[in-house]
Amino acid sequence: MKKKHLVSITDYSKEDIFKILDLAAEFEKNPNQNLLNNKVIATLFFEPSTRTRLSFESAISRLGGKFIGFTNASSSSVSKGESLKDTIMTVANYSDMIIMRHPVEGSARWASEVSGVPIVNAGDGSNQHPTQTLLDLYSIRKTQGTLENLNIYFVGDLKYGRTVHSLLQAMSMFNTTFNFISPEELKIPDEYKLFLDKKGLKYYEHRDFSEIISHADIIYMTRIQRERFSDPMEYEKTKNSYVLKNEMLGNTKNNMKVLHPLPRVNEIDIDVDENEKAYYFTQALNGVYTRQAIITYILGLKNN
Amino acid sequence: MEINDKKLQVSAIKNGTVIDHIPANILFKVINILRLDKIENQITFGSNFESKKYGKKAIIKLSNVYFKDNDINKIALVAPKAKLNIINNYKVTEKRDVQVPDTIIGIAKCGNPNCITNKEKVTTKFTTISKDNIALKCHYCEKITDLEHLDIL
Repeated sequence: MKKKHLVSITDYSKEDIFKILDLAAEFEKNPNQNLLNNKVIATLFFEPSTRTRLSFESAISRLGGKFIGFTNASSSSVSKGESLKDTIMTVANYSDMIIMRHPVEGSARWASEVSGVPIVNAGDGSNQHPTQTLLDLYSIRKTQGTLENLNIYFVGDLKYGRTVHSLLQAMSMFNTTFNFISPEELKIPDEYKLFLDKKGLKYYEHRDFSEIISHADIIYMTRIQRERFSDPMEYEKTKNSYVLKNEMLGNTKNNMKVLHPLPRVNEIDIDVDENEKAYYFTQALNGVYTRQAIITYILGLKNN
Repeated sequence: MEINDKKLQVSAIKNGTVIDHIPANILFKVINILRLDKIENQITFGSNFESKKYGKKAIIKLSNVYFKDNDINKIALVAPKAKLNIINNYKVTEKRDVQVPDTIIGIAKCGNPNCITNKEKVTTKFTTISKDNIALKCHYCEKITDLEHLDIL
């Protein structure tokens, strides 16, 4: 049965996920389909996220739909003190689906409980960003041919990075082996290690990022942000220790791909971009197909 | 009727409920959770009694008050080792333990300051993920609140 909303990746079963990935593959072959004719989609960005918003708006446009919305809270009634509930209940009257990005955790779940139309969570604070997770899964399956039994290396900010946490939760359904490479300050939180322990999955933690990546099927890079460090000296010392350079890819597996949710700062050297193992820009393109799949799946416009 | 010195520390009740083995430092939280300030029956409180098992403990005696499981289990969040004695005619006729409920609605506050439940008027809702070392997962922000960060509304 199709789902009414997409709030958290953990609401979706393997079956839901495969249906969306299969649909996304169809959109990759044939991206322009008039399925959203006469539909209005609201894109409510309570905080700016240009990349995610453009990806969604591109997906809606390729499906022949119209979109309404705002690109940051200051240009909406939120700046007048309107509650999230009132904004959602109002916009639900104007649209067939609401895609929302909000800085507060749990805002999308709350919206889904008050909205008369489907809610798609485009990021709620540090909590979930499930459309990113689905496009990551699409990219992994496409490049590896499977999601099962892969060896994934997460690198960088594993403490605050919600894309890491959501992808970890999703990949835990596929017998993944996890490797976590991060500075001590930004290590993977215990609750995720407990989660993997309970599932009986293997994981390894590393502080040093140099010659241990030769077994990787996927290297998932993330940005280390200055503001995450209480000690600026620590940041200066750390920031260059988790940079991926082209020379490091020499003895990696042939099927290995480098992913990154973008935007990148300096954690992937630009000399990696020319390497065929660099996949992050194609990953962003896959985001459009995956979002087309999510929208049409939830609205029930594709029967399969 | 058997009366010993220990029992006389707080006067006996004829009929009602005695809540024993409450950690002394959370007596007032228990009073709040059970909304005992709204009850008109006779209530006796005692606190800072020596307890071999739990250090200092508190006790609450309520005349002619009986709790439903759903109501009394709310205190299990702060006093998981509390014991209920149901009193009939000065005698304990039933002893009950408290159980941490699987879902907790509207009692606890989410420990995450950036959770929607702490920003807008939303009733809190948690799934209990550990009953021994209390850990509650917020239905909204999905963050975990442990006993140390647990506030009762």
